[in-house]
Amino acid sequence: MRTTSRPRRAAVLATAALATSALLLTACSSGTKSGSDSNSSAAGGEKITLTVGDFGTFGYKEAGLYDEYMAAHPNITIKYETTQDGQKYWDALTTHLASNSGLADIQAVEVGYIAQATNTLGDKFTDLSKVEGVNSGNWLPWKSKQATTAKGSLIGLGTDIGPMAICYRTDLFQQAGLPTDRAEVAKLWQGDWSKFVEAGKTYQAKAPAGTFFTDSASGLFNAALSAQAEQYSDASGKLVYKDSPGVKKAWDLAVSASQAKISAGLRQFQDPWNAAFANAKFATVVCPSWMTGIISKYSGDSGKGKWDVAAPPVASNWGGAFLTVPKAGKHQKEAAALAAWLTAPEQQAKVFTKVGNLPSTVGGLQQPAVQSAKQEYFNNAPTGQIFAAAAQSITPSPIGEQDGNVKTILTDNGILDIEEHGTDPAKAWANVVKLVDDKTGH
Amino acid sequence: MATTIRAAAKDEGTAPVPSAPRPRPAWRSRLYRLDLKGSPYAFIAPFFICFAAFGLFPLLWTGWLSLHYVDLLKPDVMEWKGFDNYTRLWSNDQFWTALRNTFTIGVISTVPQLLMALGLAHLLNYRLRGRSFFRVAVLAPYATSIAAATLVFVQLFNPDYGMINWFLSMFGIHGTDWYADTWPSQIAISTIVTWRWTGYNALIYLAAMQAVPKDLYEAASLDGANRWQQFTRITIPSIRPTILFTIIVSTIGATQLFGEPMLFGGGVGVSGGSAHQFQTLSLYMYELGWPSRQLGRASAVAWTMLLILLLIGLVQYLFARRNRTKLGG
Repeated sequence: MRTTSRPRRAAVLATAALATSALLLTACSSGTKSGSDSNSSAAGGEKITLTVGDFGTFGYKEAGLYDEYMAAHPNITIKYETTQDGQKYWDALTTHLASNSGLADIQAVEVGYIAQATNTLGDKFTDLSKVEGVNSGNWLPWKSKQATTAKGSLIGLGTDIGPMAICYRTDLFQQAGLPTDRAEVAKLWQGDWSKFVEAGKTYQAKAPAGTFFTDSASGLFNAALSAQAEQYSDASGKLVYKDSPGVKKAWDLAVSASQAKISAGLRQFQDPWNAAFANAKFATVVCPSWMTGIISKYSGDSGKGKWDVAAPPVASNWGGAFLTVPKAGKHQKEAAALAAWLTAPEQQAKVFTKVGNLPSTVGGLQQPAVQSAKQEYFNNAPTGQIFAAAAQSITPSPIGEQDGNVKTILTDNGILDIEEHGTDPAKAWANVVKLVDDKTGH
Repeated sequence: MATTIRAAAKDEGTAPVPSAPRPRPAWRSRLYRLDLKGSPYAFIAPFFICFAAFGLFPLLWTGWLSLHYVDLLKPDVMEWKGFDNYTRLWSNDQFWTALRNTFTIGVISTVPQLLMALGLAHLLNYRLRGRSFFRVAVLAPYATSIAAATLVFVQLFNPDYGMINWFLSMFGIHGTDWYADTWPSQIAISTIVTWRWTGYNALIYLAAMQAVPKDLYEAASLDGANRWQQFTRITIPSIRPTILFTIIVSTIGATQLFGEPMLFGGGVGVSGGSAHQFQTLSLYMYELGWPSRQLGRASAVAWTMLLILLLIGLVQYLFARRNRTKLGG
């Protein structure tokens, strides 16, 4: 008795301690599931839940696609989670990918970060090229290429693309003495972004009080840069933004717009910018197809019929995304099937008619519903035709791993700094270079 | 205390019923002693196990990380850097800006906050109608989530449509840019912090004030001291340790300020505005660790913050000690 009592008590203590720590350990590792049961099939009618994580407006819910899919597949329940800010979404996603935990079955990836996904994170995603119904030739060739890793696996299915146009307010144009017909408006700046800035000066001279020609110099920078054959990185993925003539041209353009005071100096996708839509504070906004959804949302009823869409100075692409299936997910097979279905031409066309995201598949672009689409909100502008035409003449540029970061620094700590604080452009540029060196080097 | 308990336990243990078999009392007393000695450890063990797993280990691991280059996306690949990450901070403008911002925001939020809390507590300490209501009311901001509070303040401080600029314009102050300009943005953020924490500190002060003997006040008023004199001569000296406690807690809170500037800045929150005008050390750490994926350097900032806090703690300790000796003398 005497000899056993102490060890027993000690054993009880030790067990308690072990149990506590085991509980803690499992608590922090419960999210880490290996892919061991990833191929378990739900064919036997087993009920499964698929989760979809995305940012901004992908339009699947709005177009009723989730409900449609669940009706056709009674054993599948779809849950989704949307983050408004794309940068925050990506920051969280990379953390989850690095720890293989907290991931949805399908995760959207923005085009600015697709190079990080295909390079550093390439082995975290499943290869979707062998999924039934997926043929990389279905998409515009450059779209599929962007999501293909060096080893040749297709890790993302293109959702939409962002060919650009210019959205403008006819009421403000009229008050400033500019033409309002979309063909004539397009002629104001046809062929060159610098003509757009000139048109802005004309507008500003007779502008209604308190309004600006365009929303932000950063938007202009993005638009002008997107039309360049080379942006931040060269074909080998090396950062070349410092010496890139394209970046310099876009930067100078943005600076000239800021200095001519034709920009309202807002940061896009923020509350003040949203509010400025409702208050008609600016007359134009560079308008990738997905932007039409945002404009109608924030301008609301007061802007209905006052907005119109004109061809851009130079055709280019801004934005667009991919759907990926992380390997850490439990139901990779079912998730891949859902991703393939969501990005098929018919579904892309439905999303376009609902929220304006332009199809990235060749078949989707040719759908009659897309080609003949007119948007009542935009004074019945033939948006399908305008955007599909712009999509044909896009020359995509190489994307590097750091492009997303460099873009954020250039626009938020460079151009926005000039707009907000009147910083000398040369000083702002030096600051950008310093920040990029600091944030991207070892 | 401990010795008396042990002595008492011993007495009980060694006073068995005489007829009981010999080994049993010894066993029982051993068990009893083990229980007395061991149980407290068992009861506090969960905390220390939790602390080791979620406090100490991350702390040490962060220190180890801070000596390496580590990519957030490949945390298992580490490249030895020695103290490079720390020396880089020394020559980094952005770090110094963040340090300065943390200090200025800390001062302009902590000082008014604690002064207002003292005043509020003093008022709440009077006999008031609906006293409980006011006491709950001052705690309400503390119960509000940072996100919700900040979003409301962002609207109030909107330079174009915000209520604060509209109000100031009645006094001839026009167009303050609460987002972009350094001082206005820092004041705006301090306002959120002050709003949330004043009531909380006031309740702590109130609790301390209620422990002050009432006869001190009675004696003082007999001597003809007015309320202000009572406040400065009796209340403040009596609750001095509580004041020191709130100063320490608020300083730690101010050094780690993160949520308010992050949400206040919206999309440029992480970099603390386009010119880092309100980037705090915590935000700088987050910016290095997440968007820039440099875990090693972010860890170096974390450790630097810890060292700064220890330094501040030391200074406060020395102050407190000097105060105490002064009082004693």
